[in-house]
Amino acid sequence: MKITLNSVTKIFPSRSRKKPEPVVAVNDFTFEFPDGRLVAILGPSGCGKSTTLHLISGLEKPTGGRIFFGDTDMTEIPAEGRGVGLVFQSYALYPHLSVLRNITFPLENLKGENKLTREEREARAYEAARLVQIDELMDRRPSELSGGQMQRVAIARALVKLPSVLLLDEPLSNLDARLRLRTREEIRRIQRATGITTLFVTHDQEEAMSISDLIVVMKDGVIMQTGKPQEVYDDPACLFVATFLGTPPINVILAEVRDGGLYIGNAEVMRVAGAPDGEVYCAIRPEGFAPSEDGALPCGLSEVEVMGRDVSAVCTHPSLISDEMRVIIPSDTELDASSDTVKFNLKPHKVYLFDKQTEKRIYFDL
Amino acid sequence: MKFNKYKAWLYLAPALVFLLAFMVYPLIDVLVYSFEEGFNSASQTYFGVGFYNYSYVLSDPYFLSAVGNTFILVFITVPLSTFLSLVISLALASIKKLRELFQTVYFLPYVTNTLAVGLVFMILFRPTPHSDGLVNAFLGLFGISPIDFIDGPYAMKMLVLCLYTVWTVMPFKILVLTSALLSVKEEYYNAARIDGTPRLRIITKITLPMISPTLFYLIITGFIGAFKAYSDAVALFGVNLNVAGMNTIVGYIYDMLYGEGGGYPSYASAAAIILFLIILTVTAINLTVSRRRTFY
Repeated sequence: MKITLNSVTKIFPSRSRKKPEPVVAVNDFTFEFPDGRLVAILGPSGCGKSTTLHLISGLEKPTGGRIFFGDTDMTEIPAEGRGVGLVFQSYALYPHLSVLRNITFPLENLKGENKLTREEREARAYEAARLVQIDELMDRRPSELSGGQMQRVAIARALVKLPSVLLLDEPLSNLDARLRLRTREEIRRIQRATGITTLFVTHDQEEAMSISDLIVVMKDGVIMQTGKPQEVYDDPACLFVATFLGTPPINVILAEVRDGGLYIGNAEVMRVAGAPDGEVYCAIRPEGFAPSEDGALPCGLSEVEVMGRDVSAVCTHPSLISDEMRVIIPSDTELDASSDTVKFNLKPHKVYLFDKQTEKRIYFDL
Repeated sequence: MKFNKYKAWLYLAPALVFLLAFMVYPLIDVLVYSFEEGFNSASQTYFGVGFYNYSYVLSDPYFLSAVGNTFILVFITVPLSTFLSLVISLALASIKKLRELFQTVYFLPYVTNTLAVGLVFMILFRPTPHSDGLVNAFLGLFGISPIDFIDGPYAMKMLVLCLYTVWTVMPFKILVLTSALLSVKEEYYNAARIDGTPRLRIITKITLPMISPTLFYLIITGFIGAFKAYSDAVALFGVNLNVAGMNTIVGYIYDMLYGEGGGYPSYASAAAIILFLIILTVTAINLTVSRRRTFY
């Protein structure tokens, strides 16, 4: 089922006396989450992404705007009536119930014609448990499970009632690094297997990029950009999205456009036909550098790390805005590690210009 | 190593000395007294050793009525006060505004002197030359003729005693239960709401199991406290509880020691040991049930 948010706004009244102004957690959020897709809501902490999820689940009521499930207006329906599956960040498994009882719990609430017998409930629970591969742990208590197992139980509990939408709140944040990699594949697999519209919230751009069909990048309650992960990565609409996506992060350098030429320092590094004159932020992906004897951009070279497939170099430049300048080049490229300086040519499609005031993208002809 | 061992005992010594002198020694002493027949505390002499004290106490109609009263008191007030406290705590935990005000109001009886509370109850229930008490005045509005709650029928006296006990034990229970309820993580309730759980089911299936350790703690200490009831009855019916027919086991023990016609430490000791055995049994049952039902 597709989920549509129409100018949804959530304002929390201020709780502290020092800051009396209310907090706008979600500001004019309009987006259609397509049916049967896995969508990541991505943003730094405090950007309103969890609030967005809670608004969709019905745990929070929006201050303004409408929420539709399919064509049905769900804005006024409380959480109890929405039939969503929500996996909490801390899983919120009922500690006094066994895994089986945790999973059957939502089914025990069904009434009237939907009422299930005990056998039916347990059959459904085992079905959901098999999907997330925990059907051998059904008699255990949550306290006897590992983090990854608890997460699977939480997903099974959310899936067992065949929800119209599955919401995952920071699903991987409580897992260790190795388990995180496995579990995100697992979430992708489960989503594919069930075909349920799935939304998950994360602050980890790698997580969002790797498994989702679409990503929604948020900042300060506002959608900054939406689209397929690769598209958003390759074509950031603003400086924030460019810096937020990608590991290692993008390198931001203060530059100037003069007569269709991009100047960093005094060197013209690239032709940027069509870009208006003026000071700009020039953001270059780490893979956008090509070392060359007669390169246009001279930099200091402070460190070279060989990582097998690639070489990662930490460079310096006086106009650099970001913390450090990290360059990734294939390991077969010639790079004199003993030298203090290096010259680069830039790959034009890995270079983005942003207005210095608005931080909006400035397009130029490639 | 050896020095450390002594040091540990040295640190424990102050507490141990007090415990031995004021807990263990009296306990053993009471047990010894209870088997010494006709012990005279003035001359420190006795006639023989045996179960006579127990058979005397167990056939004493005053003791049996005291046991009856105590059991009625325990099995009415403990469940009733716990249930009412739970209802009030659930209400308190679900409101945000004025919660602290109500919490304070409900806690006031706890810091009020027992005898002052007794005075309030007297104004409510005791007839005076000028009136029949506030409760009777209220009942009179409905055409009910005055009831003597203090010197009247047994059931009425027991009703007042139970009300009094419930009222005095509730504040502590409300305080403890409210804080237990507030410590249940919001997420469980959110999860239950997402799953479409009806309100009553959230209480029975989530809230109660989550606070069950606190609940059982209150029930067990409530039983123990109610079995030791005495001052409440005195506050309402005066010191001549046997005459009023409202004596409790502890009251009987006190009377046997210091009351009119008292001075029988042997009988008092035997009654105390019987009370100890009753509390031990009930607590053991409570613990067995709670272990099976409680989730920690």
